[in-house]
This record gives sequence, C-alpha cells and structure tokens, in this order.
Amino acid sequence: MAHPTVPAEPRSQVDDPSSLVARFGADEPLMMDAGVAIAPWQIAYQTYGTLNADKSNAVLVCHALTGDQHVANVSPVTGKPGWWSTMVGPGRPVDTDRFFVICANVIGGCMGTTGPASINPATGEPYALDFPVVTIHDMVRAQAALIDRLGIESLFCVVGGSMGGMQVLQWAASYPERVFAALPIATAARHSAQNIAFHEVGRQAIMADPDWRGGRYLAEDTRPTKGLAVARMGAHITYLSEMALHRKFGRNFQDRSAPTFSFDADFQIESYLRYQGLSFVERFDANSYLYVTRAMDYFDLAAEHGGSLANAFRGKATRFCVISFTSDWLFPTSDSRAIVHALNAAAASVGFVEIESDKGHDAFLLDEPEMFSAARGFIDAAARVRGLA
Amino acid sequence: MTEQTTTRLDFLLVADMVARGSRVLDIGSGDGSLLELLRERRDVDGRGIELSREGVSECLAKGLAVIQGDADTDLADYPDDAFDYVILSQTIQATRQPKVVLEHLLRIGRRAIVSFPNFGHWRVRLDLAFRGRMPVTENMPFSWYDTPNIHFCTIRDFVALCDEVGAQMEKAVALDAGGHPIRVALPWWVWNLFGAQGVFLLKRS
Repeated sequence: MAHPTVPAEPRSQVDDPSSLVARFGADEPLMMDAGVAIAPWQIAYQTYGTLNADKSNAVLVCHALTGDQHVANVSPVTGKPGWWSTMVGPGRPVDTDRFFVICANVIGGCMGTTGPASINPATGEPYALDFPVVTIHDMVRAQAALIDRLGIESLFCVVGGSMGGMQVLQWAASYPERVFAALPIATAARHSAQNIAFHEVGRQAIMADPDWRGGRYLAEDTRPTKGLAVARMGAHITYLSEMALHRKFGRNFQDRSAPTFSFDADFQIESYLRYQGLSFVERFDANSYLYVTRAMDYFDLAAEHGGSLANAFRGKATRFCVISFTSDWLFPTSDSRAIVHALNAAAASVGFVEIESDKGHDAFLLDEPEMFSAARGFIDAAARVRGLA
Repeated sequence: MTEQTTTRLDFLLVADMVARGSRVLDIGSGDGSLLELLRERRDVDGRGIELSREGVSECLAKGLAVIQGDADTDLADYPDDAFDYVILSQTIQATRQPKVVLEHLLRIGRRAIVSFPNFGHWRVRLDLAFRGRMPVTENMPFSWYDTPNIHFCTIRDFVALCDEVGAQMEKAVALDAGGHPIRVALPWWVWNLFGAQGVFLLKRS
C-alpha cells in the first residue's frame, strides 16, 4: 500500500470549517454524559432553504459515522456532491424549496465541530484522548443548543440514516415536544454486539499503527493513516452485501488476467477496498473515528428508560416513519422492527417499510426510489398536518 | 378515491360504522384505500398493518401510518384499548390463527369491525356440490393452490366464533354479490345463503 503524505485536510476544517459555525463561550459549556463539560465549544453546520415566519418548517438532518454537515452542497474536502443530495435539495423528499434544512457536524467529529482534533484551551494542543468520550445523546444535546441559537422552538422533522437514525431516535426520546416528525432510516435503538465487535477491530487497527502515538499524532506531526485505512476497509465491507460485492466485483482480476502469486491487489475487490481506505484518510481524523464509533457502541435507548424501549416513546405526539433494507446486515430489519414494536406498544403513530435492495447498509445513501417515495409521502403528509403547504 | 363509483361498497359500509374523529387500526391495509376513505370522510387518526411491501409503499406514499407486518405476529405488541376501532377487512380468512387474531382485535380495540367473504354463499355451495370444484368468485379470486385464504368460514361459522370468544355483535350486515346490504329482517340462513360477504361490528361482552 502506498504511504500517503500527511494530509492537510481535514485538519484545516477542524479550526476553520468551510461552513457556518455556532460558537459557545466559557459560560455556555456542553454537558457530556461522561460527566464533564467542555467549554468553549463550537458546532459547524450548513443550512439550505429559508426559515418561515413562524419558524415551523425547520428540518434537521443527522449524519452518519463518517458524514458531515455538507449534506446537499459540494464537499469542500472531496469536491464530490453532498452525501445525501439525492434526498435533500430542491424538489427532493426533504425539499429545500419548502423547508429550512439544517445539518451539523457531530460533537467529536472533525469537520469543524469540537472534537479530539480541536485545540484544548487548557493545553494549547489538540485534545486527542483528553477529549471526553462522546455519546449519541451528547451529539443531540449539541444540536439542540444550535437549534436554540437559531431561535427554533420545534423542528418539523428530524431525519437520518445509520448513526443519524440513532440521533433521530434520541431526539424523539429526549425532546419529543421539539420533534413533530421523525424519520429514522437503516438504524437501531441499540448497537448490536456484532457491530461493537466490528468497531473494536477498526479502533484496534488505528491504535496498532505506530504513527498513532497514543493518540498524540497531531502534536507529533504524524498520522496513523495505515491503521485508519484498514479500519475503513473493514468497515466498508459491512456497509455492502455479499450480493452487491458479487455483482460489482465477483472474482474479477484487477488489470491482469491471472493471479500474480503475490500479495498484490490481484482482485478488483482488493483494489477497491485499498482505494476506499486511502481516500478516507485524506478526509477523516483517526481519533474522531475512535470517538464516533464509541458513541454508537454506547447507544442503547432502552437502557436509558428502565430497559423498556416503549417507555422512551410513551405519551409522545411525534409521528414516525421507519425504513429498513432487505440486504442490510449491519442494521438488519429486525432492529427496525424492534423500534416499530416499541412505538406500537407506546401507541405512537408509525409507518414502517422494509425496502427491497441488494445494496446492503449503504442503500440508504444511494438511489432507492422506494425510499424516496416513502420519505416523500411521510414528509408531505406531516407537512399538511403541520400546516406547511 | 372519494368518488362513489370507485369506492368499494363494503368500505363505505365500514366507514358508516366508525365514529368521526376516532382512533382506528386497519389490519390488512392493502393500498390504503380504506384508511384514506376514513381519513377523508370520518377524520380518523388511522394506523395500518399490511403484509405486502408494495401495499405498504403505496400507503406511505399516501402519507398513511402503515407498518409492514403480519396480523398473526404483530398484534401482540399493541396495548389494551389502544384504538377505538380495529378493522380486519377481508383478511381474517388469510390469517393462521383467526381466533387468536379476533381475540387481539377485541383486546386492542374498544370495538372491532370484521368483514370476510362468506363461504356459505349459494354460488360457493353450487360450485362444490355440482362442479365438484373449489369456488373462484369475484370475492375469492384465487385458485386453491395459490390462495392466501387458508381459513375460509361461513357467516354462521363466524357467528359461532364470536360466541366462543365472547364478542357481542352490535351490528351485522350481509352484502349480496353486488355489494348491497341484504334486508336486516331476514333470518340467518338467508344471510348465510345469499350474503357474498359479512360485515360485523363487535365489542367485548
């Protein structure tokens, strides 16, 4: 594997992101589940569309593990279209012509919201592992502070897939009066043992890289690019499906007609994964990867509510639409069904569909017309009830 | 879908049984036509369960709160008295455990509305008696080998089941092959012979 040079990005995005930033001073600490407060802190976000006069048309989009706030604009780091521009934009299901759409980088992230790569005011150096361990609830608390700052009382809709879906569920459980409609996609109310296991492998790959330097690589001007790339390669497999891998790559050779009897990337799938790993390290901070995966591992919404997921949603007026995909084995349909069963037990309003797709967990980010039509139907119906034309 | 001409007569009959503004669970929502009718005409807070992915997608696209699920397995999650009405329209004959499902309906809803094709209808009896073949009619359009309907019953069978589970009949209507109600004054055997389908409004006794 080629050794990439120490990337300038995303370090520059950490301090001075190419997006809006809400800054909170020493007197406005963010209380974290770990029992510590961080201050000052900041949250980087993007907005699309216009907030209406009574501030009733705001939609919060929550991003997944390696996503960012650039949901519907060209990424300033990769130059690629926004990561969910098929779902969010003019005339899209989350229609920026009608709604005021907000997407913020999560706490613990590396795209401008305070995280382990940010400067610790106490030391003048990056926090690294001195940053408190982050939870999904912390991410949502930080988003709520942003929504307060924007003067928005109640969100029309909170939508997200995967870890974004976890945030949607946390929003509905923690701030039900502030969430009119919730659209969690390809997600779970708790991270499974298998998923924690995959995350642990990724983290160990990063920490096994000598350039990780006990987390102090930024201060020592190295980067654990090999470890982070391996973590990404492993994780990327879990986002796909056996069928999708077979369809895209099969056992095809990469630029050769026979095996080379070496450990070169003979197969297309190997070459593809190596590329995924290398391009990821150009845009993501290794410590952020540790923190954000940990947040997902710790997520167990039922545990916060006396062991009963239904208790998290009881007596709440939020309407839900839950979507899963047949070939998603990372967040299988059984996880979504558990959410739906709890919502039914809480007598909540819920729609649920399992969409047929062979694209695995990644399906929620891809062109899935049935997902778009379900999301559009749900959002449009909720908008009618809310009086948003 | 609100046009008289395109709305199924049995749906209109069901809609007439539902009080305005009530909470309704429709089991076997299909493409959502009944829930849509109830939303538009009776202003109900409607939920649904539908087995087929295509049906659920259509329902969600119409903005209906319908979940992909199964009457046989998913009703247990709902708390007692969660709804004013639980509707099982043309579905009970397709469930694995009709009795258990009916008991859930009466537990989850203050009232249950059940409609089903009547296997005691004269055409069915004729098919069996003279053609010696399983009937294929407008209400039961499947051949025996590919039918989802595994528990056919007659109107009289259903009345007996209601007695067994302690359901009280508040209203009972039989519809003829054209979907029109049969005169109420007539005895059960007439209903059971000439009713193409039965529609029952039930409540726990």
